[in-house]
Order: sequence, then structure tokens, then C-alpha cells
Amino acid sequence: MSELTLQNITKKFGAITALDDVSFTVKDNEFFVLLGPTGAGKSTTLRVVCGLEKPDSGHVLLDGVICDDSTPADRDVAIVFQQYSLYPTMTVYDNMAFPLRAPGRRLPEAEIRQKIEAAAEKLRITHLLKRKTVQLSGGEMQRVSIGRAIVRRPRVFLMDEPLSNLDAKLREALRAELKHLQKVEGVTTLFVTHDQIEALTMADRIGVLNRGRLIQVGTPEDIYDRPANMYVAKLVGSPRINLVSAERVDGVFRLTEMGIELPLEDSDHLPDHFTLGIRPEDVHLNPEGKFSGEIGITEPLGVETVVHIHSQEGEIVSLASGLIQLNFGEPVRFDINRDHLHFFNSQGDRI
Amino acid sequence: MNTPKSKRPEVNYATRVDKVTFKSKLTRNLKAILTVIIAFIVLIPVFWMAATSLKSRADAVAAPPKVIFEPSMEGFIGLLTQRRQVTAAQGLEEIKQDPNLKWYDRVMLNRGQQIVGKSEYVGYLKNSAITAGISTILSVLFGLFSAYAFSRFKVAGKGDLLFFILSTRMLPPIVVTIPIFLLYRQLGLYDTTFGLIILYTVFNLSFSVWLMQGFIDEIPREYEEAALVDGYSRLQAFFKIVLPQTITGLAATTVFCLIFAWNEYAFAVMLTAQKARTAPPSIPSVLGTGGIEWAQIAAGAMGFLIPVAIVTFALRNYLLRGVTFGAVRR
Ligand SMILES: Nc1ncnc2c1ncn2[C@@H]1O[C@H](COP(=O)(O)OP(=O)(O)O)[C@@H](O)[C@H]1O
Ligand SMILES: [Mg+2]
Repeated sequence: MSELTLQNITKKFGAITALDDVSFTVKDNEFFVLLGPTGAGKSTTLRVVCGLEKPDSGHVLLDGVICDDSTPADRDVAIVFQQYSLYPTMTVYDNMAFPLRAPGRRLPEAEIRQKIEAAAEKLRITHLLKRKTVQLSGGEMQRVSIGRAIVRRPRVFLMDEPLSNLDAKLREALRAELKHLQKVEGVTTLFVTHDQIEALTMADRIGVLNRGRLIQVGTPEDIYDRPANMYVAKLVGSPRINLVSAERVDGVFRLTEMGIELPLEDSDHLPDHFTLGIRPEDVHLNPEGKFSGEIGITEPLGVETVVHIHSQEGEIVSLASGLIQLNFGEPVRFDINRDHLHFFNSQGDRI
Repeated sequence: MNTPKSKRPEVNYATRVDKVTFKSKLTRNLKAILTVIIAFIVLIPVFWMAATSLKSRADAVAAPPKVIFEPSMEGFIGLLTQRRQVTAAQGLEEIKQDPNLKWYDRVMLNRGQQIVGKSEYVGYLKNSAITAGISTILSVLFGLFSAYAFSRFKVAGKGDLLFFILSTRMLPPIVVTIPIFLLYRQLGLYDTTFGLIILYTVFNLSFSVWLMQGFIDEIPREYEEAALVDGYSRLQAFFKIVLPQTITGLAATTVFCLIFAWNEYAFAVMLTAQKARTAPPSIPSVLGTGGIEWAQIAAGAMGFLIPVAIVTFALRNYLLRGVTFGAVRR
């Protein structure tokens, strides 16, 4: 049982505000992902949680107890650093044994060996155990760094973009492995990434961070289907959401640039001018479709094909299933699924 | 147009043109030759000294100088012992018959001298070893800890402090010897090993702090932070994580401090008389006692050179990286 709470954390570095009044709770057993671009303050958040950085204001609570004055060692959290930070004078084995040999724990060597071998197996680094860490590749270092964190059972796992340096295949495999591990072991986890796919696939809940401000917290569905503003809508989902300016005229929306008109029901809450968000998967190619356009470029991805459709001055992206053969400039008809439309006001906030 | 494979001119892409030209071969050999010549010039005095230290009294002053001679340990033995002149009338032959004589007794008896005890030089050498050894250890240790603090913590007035530390190095020792001499006489530190040790430690500290700080700055803090989160205190993290990575810096600093303390002349000659006197100021005093004993002087200089050479040689692998630090970026 362990729960992590951040209360109104603000952290400044000189003139830069790295974290601005950030509050959220990672519940017991939860996989919480903090998603944001580089410089958003993700690493700073983790450093505040493990006590390496003192916030200018606000509190960090572990299991409801304020631990502002506890040392990093007392907090009993484990972190996978973005820069790995493996001890260069030690072997991989000694690196992973280091936290277990700490004065507060001091496990018998036999038990240490057992734990390390189990962790190494999971991360596929058994063959590296005897090596010096300086001889490892980036991906290998990253796995050892994860290994050093998972050999023990901390109250909270903190992971700072631990999969960013792996090749695509290994990343996918480790994504699943980490999620599985977290569920089996049931360790409260705060995971940081700039990769929206990682966030959507792994998280129980996601917090979106931008320039030190927490914009939205919610389940992956919340974030994807009900983005709080245009920034979040653009951040998650690939290919990116279509954002088109629209106006309300006599009971229809007119998508200004594309000359498309959509009939609308109960739209009284909408302003006259707004931005409409349409996910690419809600744009269907259909020979009997209501709207027409021309095929732009197409990007076949295997299971799906991204189709860019030109319509007057505007462009809309559609995600069609399967590999489809379309020629540039060909006329095309399509439909828009109106069940999942997103409306944003001129400030970019969801209406 | 497709040229058939067989008709294409043969090009061996593996052969780099610059490696086979006559000119580049010459350049490379020239470098080697030049290195040898420079080494020869630099080492001549050392060879000369080494040779002289192994000559007998007669060979040492022979003109023209002998290049080939029968080696003798007279110089070294003479340096380390006190002797008494014995003539045949005083029973030289009988003394020679004594079965308890050691090899060095015989060497000197053949010169008509009987060893009666250790020379004062042995004591001076001991003083040198103690003074240089302890002051080096102290200045490296203090330097290590101060440098760590300067590198990792917010120290009030850090820049000024560092400059102040460095500024102690700006006056040549000889300028400050007189005031220090007066000071030491008042404090009762004149002619004490302790006094010399603090002086050398302080003098080397500026160097040690600055050098070590360069090395510690190069070690990313993330390692210590990882250790802190892994459950260690800062002090434990320092010893387990930082210290092993400073070995190179420690080696370089040790050698530099040792060379200074071991060779120091100006302070030693002014601030010591007898009790705490180190070897460097005592070598020239050999000049005075009964004709110039060139072999003894050379032996003193050689024996003095050897410890530093050994330490430097033992630490050479660390030094190579240590001296070029800053140029080596991760
Ligand atoms: N030690 C520091 N000193 C000054 N500025 C810092 C420091 N650490 C982080 N910052 C700044 O704080 C902001 C957030 O950084 P960081 O938390 O590393 O972002 P992220 O991990 O999301 O990429 C950045 O603008 C960064 O430049
Ligand atoms: Mg970061």
C-alpha cells in the first residue's frame, strides 16, 4: 500500500518556472504516466518526488505523510534516470546489487544474486551481468538502469523516459513487460514520457504537462476522447487530429476552408466561430459519401493507410483500414462521423 | 553504358595514398629521430650524474673524464656513513682481517677509511621522507574534500575563496621566507618537522584544490544522486561512488605535491638547521667537508631523484589521463 501525492508544487530555477502549482495523486497500485514535450518539467517532477530537488512551495506526500524533509534514502523510492547514471566503476551486477547492499537493507548476498538474476532474465540482460557498464550500448544501459530499480520493492517507482533509447521492437516488448511487471508486483508507478503512444498503451491514468502546468489528468480514454483543450487533442493521437475552423450558420456548421457543411443538432451552446476537431479515424472514405475532395498523398502503414484529402483550400486526413490503392489527384467521396466531434473555443478550450 | 567488369581499372580502395608516399614515411622517421635526439640531450646530465655516483674517488675527478670505469659504491657509502681515516701504522691490516666486516666496510677500508657510524645525511633523508610524505597526504586529502565542497555545494563567496586560495601561490617562496622565518621563530616552529609539514601542506593546498576541483567537476552529479535514491547517505555516496572516479585526479595531484615537497629548497634552508633539516639543503653541505667528493654529491642527487621517479612511474597510467584532463571530454 503506497500512495503518492503532490500538493501545489512550484519549482523555479532562477527566472524559469519549471513547475507551476502542480497537484496530482498517484493511487496505490496505479500506473500513472506524465506526458509532455521536452522541457515540460517532467524530470523536475520526479526529482522533487525523490527528494533531489526541494520545491519552492508545495508538499510531497507518501501514504498521506508529508515528507518534505526526508532524505532521498528515507523516501524509499526507486528511479530510472533519463541519463541512466550507471556507476561507471562497477560491473552490471554490482550496479544492480548496489541498492540492495545499501545500509538500510543489506540483504544476504545469496538473496541479492537471486533477485538480480530474476530481474536480468526479465530485461534480457543476463549475458551482460559481468560486464563493465562503460562498454554497454545505450539500449543496454537503459535496461540495466531499469534493472537497478526493479530489483527492490520500493514504495514508488519513478521512471524518466526509460524506453526512449531502445529500438522499436525492444521498446514494444519492454512496454508490455513493464506494464505486466507493474500489474503483477503491484507497485505504484510514476512514469514520464514524451511519447503519446507509450502513455496511451501503458497508463491507468495520464497527466498532461506543458511548460510546468498540469493541463489534464484522466484515463487514456478521457485524454483521447475528451481532450481538455486543443493542445491535448494535438498531443495524443497519430496521425494528428484534424483541426478546422468552423462557423455556425442557419442550423449548419460550415467548415470555412473546405466549403463543407455539416447539419447540426442542439448546438445552442456553441459560439458562432470555433474550431472543430475531427479524429482521422472518424473520416471515412465512402463512394456514396456526402462530401467530395481529391486525394493528396497517401501513407500506407500496413494495417492502416493515412489518406490526405484536399477539399477547396483545406485538407483533411483520413485513416482507412488496410492497404488501399489510391492515386494522387483522384476524386474521392467521404463521410464524417459526427458522434466524436470535438469543439474548441477561440482560447482553445473544449466546449 | 555498361563496362564489363573485367575491363574496369583495378583500384585498391583499401590503400590510403597518404600512408605510402615517401614523404610521409620520412616524416614519421624524422619524428622518431628527433625524439631520440631530444631524449639524449635531456638525459645526458642524468647519465653523467648516475655514472659519477658509481665512480671511485679517483675516477670521478679523472681528466679526461672516464666513460668506461670500474663501478664502485664508494659514493653512496660515503654519503650515508661517517668514517675515520686509518693508516697502516694504526693497524689497517688488522682491521681488514676482522671476520665480521660487511662488504661496505671492505670497500671503504680499501680507501683507508673505517666506518664508525651513520652520517647525518641519513637523518636528513628520513626528515625529507616524513615531511614530504605527510604533507603530500594532507594536502591531497584536504584538497579532495575542499574541492568536492566547492564543486557540489553552494559555498558563500566561492569565487573569492577560490581566488584567495590560488593567490597564496602567487608569491615565490623565497619572497616570503624571511617573514615566515621570523614568525616561526616566535611560534617555536623553527627547525621542526611539524612546522615544515604545515608550510608545505598550505603551499600545496592551492594547487591541490584547483586541480582536484577540475577532476570532480568532470564527474556528473547524477551518480551521487542515484546513490542517494538507492539508499545511501551523501558521505557514503562520496566514498563509494565519487572516490573511485577521482583516482586519476588523486594520482596526478599526489605526484605534483610530492615533487614540490620533496624538492623544496628555499624554505628548508631558511627554516631548518639540524633537527628538521631535509635532504635538499644538505647535499651542497657535503661540498665543504674535506675536498670535493663528487661521487658522494652525485650519489646524493641520484638517491634523491629515485623516489620521485618510482612514484611517478607507478602512477604513470593515471597520470597520462590526469595531465591531459580537460582535453578529454566525454
Ligand atoms: N538544474 C536546473 N537549472 C536550471 N534550469 C533547469 C534545471 N533543471 C531543469 N531546468 C529547466 O526546467 C525546465 C524543465 O526541465 P525538465 O524537468 O528537465 O523537463 P523535461 O524532463 O520535461 O524535459 C526546463 O526549461 C529546464 O531548462
Ligand atoms: Mg527530462
